[in-house]
Order: sequence, then C-alpha cells, then structure tokens
Amino acid sequence: MADFLMPSLGADMEAGTVLQWLVKPGDAVKRGDIVAVVDTEKATIEVEIFQTGVIQKIVVPEGEKVPVGTLLAVLAVDGEAVAAAPEAKRAEHAPVVPAPAAPTPPAPARVVAKPAPEPAAPHRARISPLAMRVAMELKVDLATVKGTGPEGAITKADVERAAKAPSAPTPAPAVAAPKPAVAPIDRSATMRKAIAAAMARSKREIPHYYLGTHVDMSKAMAWIQAENLKRPVAERLLYSVMLLKAVALAVHEIPEMNGYWIDGAFKPSEAVHVGVAISIRQGGLIAPAIHDVDKNSLSEIMVSLRDLVKRVRAGVLRSSEIADATITVTSLGDEGVETVFGVIYPPQVALVGFGKIVERPWASGAMVGARPVMMASVSGDHRASDGHRGALFLAAIERLLQAPEKL
Amino acid sequence: MTDDEIKALYLRELHKIAPEVELGEIDPAVDLREQIDLDSMDILNLAIAIHEATGVDIPEADYPQMTSLNGCVAYLHSRTR
Repeated sequence: MADFLMPSLGADMEAGTVLQWLVKPGDAVKRGDIVAVVDTEKATIEVEIFQTGVIQKIVVPEGEKVPVGTLLAVLAVDGEAVAAAPEAKRAEHAPVVPAPAAPTPPAPARVVAKPAPEPAAPHRARISPLAMRVAMELKVDLATVKGTGPEGAITKADVERAAKAPSAPTPAPAVAAPKPAVAPIDRSATMRKAIAAAMARSKREIPHYYLGTHVDMSKAMAWIQAENLKRPVAERLLYSVMLLKAVALAVHEIPEMNGYWIDGAFKPSEAVHVGVAISIRQGGLIAPAIHDVDKNSLSEIMVSLRDLVKRVRAGVLRSSEIADATITVTSLGDEGVETVFGVIYPPQVALVGFGKIVERPWASGAMVGARPVMMASVSGDHRASDGHRGALFLAAIERLLQAPEKL
Repeated sequence: MTDDEIKALYLRELHKIAPEVELGEIDPAVDLREQIDLDSMDILNLAIAIHEATGVDIPEADYPQMTSLNGCVAYLHSRTR
C-alpha cells in the first residue's frame, strides 16, 4: 500500500482543494499519470502520481480543501494488487476498501501495461480544469451547463455563459447545491497572500548575497537572428531560451547553485530543473520549472517554454513543474528594466536575473563600439555558497553566452 | 483581406493569447506591449497565429510593426499587395 498525499506544490502552499479526481478505485495508474486536479492559491494544478499501482480508495472527495500532507487516496503498489487484481489478494485488501459509494465497479482485471484512457471518462462530463475552477468561482452547477467543446466538453466560455444566463434553474439551486468546503476564490488576493508568505520566509531565513555583471550579447543576438531567419515562424526561438540553457550548463560547473537548503543543510540536485518566473497579467507571478534544461536543445526548451507560458496564462499547471524547480530565472527585459536582483524562492538557493538588452558603448581590444549589453545577476543563499562561487557561476553564464552555437 | 477582416483576425487571436483583455477597450494606435502588458512570447504567438491564418511569412525583424492593431493592418496590406 502507498499513500497518495496532498503534495506541497511550492513553499507558499499550505492547503489545496481537490477539484476533480481523474481516477476511481480500481483504476491502474503509472508513475507520472495525472490523477487529480487540485486548486491552490496560485493556480489550478494537475497532480501527478509518483508510484505505479492500482487506486484502492479515494479518501478526500471532490470539492474538499485539505492541508498539505493529508491522505488523498490509497494506492496498491505494483507487486501487491496488480498481480492480485483478479481475486487472489483481493480479500486481503478488502478491509481497506470500505466500498466507496456504489458506482465504482470492482476493477475488471486490468492489464497494467495499458492504463487505457477510457476508465476515467464515462462517469463524468468532460470539463477542463480551468472551466471547473471558473464554475466554482461563479457558483455554476455543472449539471446545468451544456458543453460546446470537443466531444461535448464544457469550456470556460460555456460556464461563463451559464453564469450569465438568467434562464433556467441555474442561480438559486446552484448556490444551495455545491459541496460545502468550496468558497469562491479571489485568485489575485490568494496569490498575493501566497507570494507574501514565500517571499517573507525567504527574506527571513535566507541570507542573500547579490552579484551582477554586464554581458556582451552581440554574439548571442547575431546567432539567434541568423538562426531565426532560417526557421519558419512557429519554430523561431526567443533569446530567453539561450539564457535558460546557459544557466543550466553553468550549474554543472558550480553545483552549489542548484538544489535545496533543507533542514540546515544544502542538498544539491543532480537534475537541473529551471524555474521560470512568469507573470500573470491579472497580477502575481508563478515560477514553474522546465525540466532537464541542461540536457535539452534550444528548440526543445523553446517548445517547453511556450507550452508553459500558455498553461500559466490559462491557469493550469502540473504538480511536478510547480514543485521541483532547482534554480529560478527571472527576466524583466520585456518590461524595460535593466537590472533585477531577485528574491530566492525557498528552499532553492539561487536566483538568476536578466535585464533588458540595451545598446551600450563597449570597449574591446582598445576599440569602443556599440554593442547589445545585458545585465546578469545572481542572488545567492550565503548558507549554501559564497560570493566567490557565485562570481564564478556568473562568469560561467557570461562565457557560455559568448558561444551561442554550442548551447 | 479588408481592413475589417484583418482587425477581426487580430482581435480574435489576441483574445486567445490574453483572454482577460477587454477587446473593446483596445486603442488601435497604441503598442499592445504598453497597453495590455504583452511580452515577447505573446508577440511571437500573435505572429505565429497571423502567419497561420494569412500565409504571410513575418520575419522577426518585422514583429515591432505588428504590435498595434493599426500597425498590423498596414503591415499586412504592405505584404499582401
């Protein structure tokens, strides 16, 4: 047996609301499957499971808000139930499964290799997590909403239309009906609170040091402009992917920048998952991770970045990318800012900041010319590293950006 | 394409990129990056969407001409003429 707990999706999360279960008892799941949709102060998160097995029991029903660490569901891990699914060990597990409601039929001996997509679908209307959240905020009873999306899926627009429609039985009964724990969420206020908690903790606990340097971006910009000329519109790169890759590679040289400060000690991370601070136009920001940036090509990072920005703006993220950034990058160049010294996102130990690229006089080889110049900064956790190592890290980023073709 | 068709296309794609924006309040002459806080990723997505809808290849160097509604209309006319 394994417990599936309400995950901590970042230092600023204390509790989450289970919006939707995508599995039911008897369903086979494998590591990485998205099993539930959880609402936090900051976003709607698709929560992945990190063990392979069979769902035995759903403990927290949809609509309930519970603290981080609460048991959400019980899972029979691989060996146990999977081999046992038909009948053998079923008896052993029986006491643990107090027949959750009626509608869940006993798992028909499922082959684990194929956790086919059918099981979750039939017993509920198709609805996107975003639409579901909006429905909760607007107190719309989903049973009254007609879906117009693909395969009759309920979209955000459908929910909003239903909320506005003075028509049928929506308003009054809907308010009475919803599950008790769910209050309408003022996203920007709760996000403000979450950011306040995380940033206050950072400044309270982390002794920051700050370093900055000017980086000559002429080679990098010339390279990416030439590269983009060769590419169709949809495959072009933003220069920020070069920055992300340079940070990820620099971390190999100075590993003290990559990992977590937990329980009074630095725990370096093998993997390099770069958190990208993405602003949300209605206010607030979130810094989900792009995984294994050091191992991916610029094109692959670009695809991940586009996907991530799209989902941040739509308000739907996955649990792994929210929880596991090992270092964060913030880039305020689009806003016209030249210098940013960021606040480290605990329990991470470093944050890299990039400002706007500006034309500046630049002396090189006894000649002064105009070059595109960008300020790069690092905020380091002095418990995990010293300024000297931070300086080498920044120098590595600068050096890597001078050979963009190798990124 | 007529001006109105281009404007409708532009606003439709803008709505997909920034659903929270009230399209009726957009000033067609002002840069969207200043008006509604679009960033370089949004502009790229807008360029991709307009390319896909019109077939016009938009070089990166021309993105700045597309960052206002009026600018985009003028730009697409100049490219499709």
